Amino acid sequence: MNELLEILQDLHPEIDYDTHTQLVTGKVFDSFDIVTIIAEVNDTFDVTIPAEEIVEKNFDSAKALYALITRLMDED
Amino acid sequence: MDRQNNVLEYLDHIVTVYPDKNAYIDEKEAYTFSRVYEEAGRLGTRLLKDGFYKEPIVVFMRKQSCTIAAFFGIVSAGCYYVPLDEELPEYRVELIFQTLNPRAVVCDASAAAVLEKINYQGKIYQYDEAVLTERDPVLLQNIRKKAIDTDAIYIVFTSGSTGIPKGVVACHRSVIDYIETLSDVLMVDENTVFGNQAPLYVDACLKELYPTIKFGATTYLIPKELFMLPLKLVEFLNEKKINTICWVVPALTFISGLGALEKEVPRYLRTVAFGSEVFPAKQFMIWQSKMPETRFINLYGPTEATGMSCFYEIKEEWKPDGVIPIGRPFPNTEIMLLTEDNRLAGDGEQGEICIRGTALTLGYYKAFEKTNEAFVQNPLNPNYPELIYRTGDIGTYNQEGELMFLSRKDYQIKHMGHRIELGEIEMVLNRMPGILQAVSLFDQEKKKIIVFYAGEVSKADAVLYCREKLPRYMVPNRIEQIEQMPLTLNGKIDRLALRELYKNKKGV
Repeated sequence: MNELLEILQDLHPEIDYDTHTQLVTGKVFDSFDIVTIIAEVNDTFDVTIPAEEIVEKNFDSAKALYALITRLMDED
Repeated sequence: MDRQNNVLEYLDHIVTVYPDKNAYIDEKEAYTFSRVYEEAGRLGTRLLKDGFYKEPIVVFMRKQSCTIAAFFGIVSAGCYYVPLDEELPEYRVELIFQTLNPRAVVCDASAAAVLEKINYQGKIYQYDEAVLTERDPVLLQNIRKKAIDTDAIYIVFTSGSTGIPKGVVACHRSVIDYIETLSDVLMVDENTVFGNQAPLYVDACLKELYPTIKFGATTYLIPKELFMLPLKLVEFLNEKKINTICWVVPALTFISGLGALEKEVPRYLRTVAFGSEVFPAKQFMIWQSKMPETRFINLYGPTEATGMSCFYEIKEEWKPDGVIPIGRPFPNTEIMLLTEDNRLAGDGEQGEICIRGTALTLGYYKAFEKTNEAFVQNPLNPNYPELIYRTGDIGTYNQEGELMFLSRKDYQIKHMGHRIELGEIEMVLNRMPGILQAVSLFDQEKKKIIVFYAGEVSKADAVLYCREKLPRYMVPNRIEQIEQMPLTLNGKIDRLALRELYKNKKGV
């Protein structure tokens, strides 16, 4: 989780990722952030997030995103 | 529509042909042509009755159908619109207002708070209230009779290297010239369904807004958050049966790069036009292989020459090492490739891309000096006044005679489809208390804006300061603090050394 938080902090140091639950629906992220996150997650965790998983509920909070990464790592 | 001299003639005509057809559709509302026509006339009447004429009127509204009606309303009053957006930070809005000093702003509820904060003293119209005015056809007609085609139609602001955004002023003639030729290239007709991606505060949105009223086409304003969700974006294109898109390259590579085309293909798209930066060959090949029947058109052009100036339709199967040309100019536009000693570049030679023709805008608002630097006398014509626009882009012709983009003469970059002066980012940070000096670089490969700064400020504070002062597409993607700026032997900042430093930090 810390590695993920580092990626996210780099993008938006002003956000408290412990509590924020509307990163996509609240338009904190933009498309550049999404592309960056997916690339860095790929580098760091060696998982590819498939297009159908790039939806609000998986990216709206750090926790949800981490859950997605863990799930994808398990499926490997 | 012979001898057209005003863009509103498109609207006057089309409202008689397709009064009840949808022109612009946003998340909440669809505007028919008759509603666009009616509300534009009402807003125009209101402005005229209150004494506004031939002056800039700011439109400070969210991206929505009525924002477009507001543009036409302002033009009906013989004024020119200046689109701004809630996305822009207060600081930038303030800078733009200092240049414009507008006497009136048309806004929606979301913008009112910002206007208060920057202490704006002029007239504020709430759009919804302003369009309750009764339309006065005689008044509007009288204004139209006096209009000429070199009257200003809009001002859009682009990044300025001195830290002050530049307002590019376009006129009816250049917009009409652009829309006529662009529509031919895109093959727009009444069955065209556009999916708009570009913000309404840049000239890129001309591609959808004006052909829509010329032909009676329909434009969907695609909700911004879909550009974070690639598969949903494709589903949206299919659900709305969108057949024509003119997007910035990053919006297209966003879909292909994240694998969305593997899951679903935009089935109705027959024309995909793109611009703003070079389309990476590998990504382009994904699009081409998934949609073999679709026309793909590369567009190129600076805001100063009204929208786009050149196009290249890719008909051949693309190769991984291929670079898509800029191609050839639109009809009625000439590209001159000028060498440093002002000759036309010969075979294989490089030169600055310069533009000649009606497409040229009128120049920068209240910035004669800046205007005269970029809009200059054609050096090949010593006989009478004739302006060309020097883009600052360096190009060359390939063996087929197609124009190719090579590089920039200065520190202007393209990032996320926006044109950015790195100097503007530096100027903003240099003003931050505690910062001694800031220098900005661009990592072309990873598409990241990098800033190095010296001073007693934490990285997090520097980022926050940027977010407050700069539009989000200009906020650096990476900020590094250093003890001292490396200097060259003659005392200038050593950008190459910084680039090395960045490479090493990146661990490449």
